[in-house]
Amino acid sequence: MDLNYTKEEQAFREEVRSFVHDNLPKDIADKVLHHKRLGKDDWVRWQKILFKKGWVAPNWPKEYGGCAWTPIQQHIFDEECGYAGAPRVMPFGLVMVAPVIQHFGSKWQKEYFLPRILSSEDWWAQGYSEPGSGSDLASVKTRAVRQGDHYIVDGQKTWTTLGQYADMIFCLVRTDTTVKKQEGISFLLIDMKSPGITVRPIITLDEEHEVNEVFFDNVKVPAANLVGDEGKGWTYAKFLLGHERTGIARVGESKRELEQLKAIAGKQLRNGKPLIEDPRFRDRVTAVEVELMALEITLLRVLSSRTKPGPEASILKIKGTDVQQALTELTMEAVGPYALPFRPEARDAAWKGEPVGPEYAASAAAVYFNYRKTSIYGGSNEIQRNIISQMVLGL
Amino acid sequence: MDFIFSDEQQQLRDSLQKYIAKEYGFEARKAIIAPKQGFSDKVWAQFADMGLLGVAFDEAHGGFSGTSVDTMLVMTELGRGIVVEPYFSTVVLGGSLVDLAGSEAQKQAVLPEVAQGKLLLAAALGEPDSRYELNCVETTARRDGAGYVLNGHKAVVLHGESADKLVVSARTAGGAREAKGISLFLLDRSAAGVAVQAYRTIDGMRAAEIRFSNVKVGADAVLGETDNALPVLERAADFAVSALCAEAVGAMEALNAATFEYLKTRQQFGRPIGSFQALQHRAVDMMIHCEQSRSLALLASVKVQSEDPNERKRTVSAAKIHIGRSGRAIGEEAIQLHGGMGVSNELAAGHYAKRLAMINATLGDVEHHFERYASAA
Ligand SMILES: Cc1cc2nc3c(=O)[nH]c(=O)nc-3n(C[C@H](O)[C@H](O)[C@H](O)COP(=O)(O)OP(=O)(O)OC[C@H]3O[C@@H](n4cnc5c(N)ncnc54)[C@H](O)[C@@H]3O)c2cc1C
Ligand SMILES: Cc1cc2nc3c(=O)[nH]c(=O)nc-3n(C[C@H](O)[C@H](O)[C@H](O)COP(=O)(O)OP(=O)(O)OC[C@H]3O[C@@H](n4cnc5c(N)ncnc54)[C@H](O)[C@@H]3O)c2cc1C
Repeated sequence: MDLNYTKEEQAFREEVRSFVHDNLPKDIADKVLHHKRLGKDDWVRWQKILFKKGWVAPNWPKEYGGCAWTPIQQHIFDEECGYAGAPRVMPFGLVMVAPVIQHFGSKWQKEYFLPRILSSEDWWAQGYSEPGSGSDLASVKTRAVRQGDHYIVDGQKTWTTLGQYADMIFCLVRTDTTVKKQEGISFLLIDMKSPGITVRPIITLDEEHEVNEVFFDNVKVPAANLVGDEGKGWTYAKFLLGHERTGIARVGESKRELEQLKAIAGKQLRNGKPLIEDPRFRDRVTAVEVELMALEITLLRVLSSRTKPGPEASILKIKGTDVQQALTELTMEAVGPYALPFRPEARDAAWKGEPVGPEYAASAAAVYFNYRKTSIYGGSNEIQRNIISQMVLGL
Repeated sequence: MDFIFSDEQQQLRDSLQKYIAKEYGFEARKAIIAPKQGFSDKVWAQFADMGLLGVAFDEAHGGFSGTSVDTMLVMTELGRGIVVEPYFSTVVLGGSLVDLAGSEAQKQAVLPEVAQGKLLLAAALGEPDSRYELNCVETTARRDGAGYVLNGHKAVVLHGESADKLVVSARTAGGAREAKGISLFLLDRSAAGVAVQAYRTIDGMRAAEIRFSNVKVGADAVLGETDNALPVLERAADFAVSALCAEAVGAMEALNAATFEYLKTRQQFGRPIGSFQALQHRAVDMMIHCEQSRSLALLASVKVQSEDPNERKRTVSAAKIHIGRSGRAIGEEAIQLHGGMGVSNELAAGHYAKRLAMINATLGDVEHHFERYASAA
């Protein structure tokens, strides 16, 4: 038993840290650190920097442009990036659809899509959820009917994160209505510029445009865009879930937010003294810090185990989002009455208006409400608990 | 013990409930919030017609001589509709400050106008560094001949821009956090030297930073006793907190009802999600949170009248603690149980959660009232 990073791992951390320090554009980091609004260009710019360095797709096999890092190195990389205020690498192309294409895609799909994903030429979106199919994903209704060389797609996806930027969307579609629901699903790659696709924004509680409804009306999709076999979409979707696990705990980001919370609570006064010195508040911060400390080690235990992460990884989703949400809650409380002012315009980095209250207060409540999503998306925390109770505890 | 509301009280509640259900739906509220003023003159006039604006004032001052229980009933209904009109700032907080601290002449000049819906008030008490402490007053009122000159910055003044008159706490003596040396002033929002920076709040209301630079007022602007306003300030704030608790209970009831309905109608895995025991128990806890909150809101609305300041403070702080925690729990659970719909701004649920969270950040959060409870024990 040795709970220290090896010399090599420490050296690797130093290498990542200095690379991020030297190459993460300051304007982008400022936006992340101050909860300003990010635009498509911010994400793409950072991803292209990582691409040039060869670090944008560490999870990919070496032959496709991956890094062949150990899971611990991957974690160190995630942690350093998160901690420094790098925007998170958009997972939809690099983390989600790419492994599916690598494992199950055709030669053409690999040759055409993978390089474009790697270079961030295409922005991908995830088209799983539908109005009637959230937790019960296998019930998707969006239809894809084969007609010669094409599929004709009709239906609706929803909650599509940043779909407004997307060039491509990977969808679970129903190709067969006569079989068991899991067996009638196929995995289809759809060009967002196809005629018949309409994207409509859904505005969230913080009045931001982060998610969308995507409507498909008689959309013609080349049959060559079907991944693997018809009717195997559910298998591929489950395979993909296994690839979402790393990074799900968001340890680096939470460490960064914890540090910011402490800085804020050091500036805010209660009874004329810094709030962080008030035992009542300080103990609540400590309680979250303790959870985060445990989470980091739990994550490392999962990553270090020789077997592939199993359903235990659901713990990482539950605790990771608990910690993230608790930090937003404490930050909102730390700013006191300045949680009330709501000025979405102030979240634009270029905005030059007169501030209200301390700068760090401007987004506190908005972020708190935005982060309610974390326990809902990516398989809600209730679904994660169902997974643990069924697959781990055998209940 | 008697938990029964009088016939008049039931009538008041029922008529307001009907009005809000009919005229203040989600879409109507959205339209009311959108323009800069952020509330509806029409609704305000109707509140005046219904007698809501004078409920708590004496008949001699154009009111109905109601009790704090009447205010509680009104606030609960306003909470149920997440009503954004400046009832809390004008009638409850501003009105009670004038009512409790003002001279007969000041009351005659202000309260009947408020009751008729012709005059809006705002209470400018908090400051950038005061957090929730009413005694932390750095705004100064320096003597100047027969009158005073005000300088300072008041933070997050609810409905500050639309108010005709402001009730301002300012220091006439003592250091920034001393209990002694605070005085209250009643002045026009449009007075020379008053600068208002208005903005929206996350729960759909309006507030403002108000800066005073060399604002001259006469001696008749002093509301109540000079240098010794803190006790009356605390009393009015306690009344306002008890009203906020009542509002929160209304919001909790509505949010719970919407969530329980959603559990019955939303289908996943071929059955209503309310059939999953994991969610049933959470719904039960939401209901219990609301019932316990209702009990304390009720208690606070009665004990806020207590002659014993410690009993008053204790009960009011107890209610605010409970409502802060329950409001947070119910708000978060309601969003969670709605799934993705919970984070959509197009559904009322999230707006109730926002209001509940901001009630916690108004006149003292849970931790503030823990502290205050201990000091009043
Ligand atoms: C901000 C955000 C971004 C998203 N981005 C994407 C995206 O890019 N692409 C995409 O495809 N989807 C996306 N989603 C959708 C997300 O995956 C779904 O919201 C999620 O799966 C929950 O589905 P639902 O919203 O339909 O809620 P429902 O499934 O209706 O759930 C409602 C409530 O019931 C609970 N529940 C459901 N079933 C059970 C059960 N068996 N036992 C106990 N409790 C249960 C849920 O946990 C939840 O609390 C996003 C969602 C959000 C909020
Ligand atoms: C100190 C003590 C004094 C008692 N005195 C008396 C007495 O005077 N007279 C008498 O008749 N009995 C008495 N009891 C027995 C008591 O009523 C039972 O223990 C109780 O009804 C639970 O039954 P059980 O112990 O068989 O547990 P079980 O019924 O086996 O329950 C085990 C666990 O499963 C949970 N559970 C069970 N069913 C469900 C469900 N449908 N949904 C969710 N959770 C469920 C329970 O809540 C519990 O946590 C006493 C018990 C104790 C501990």
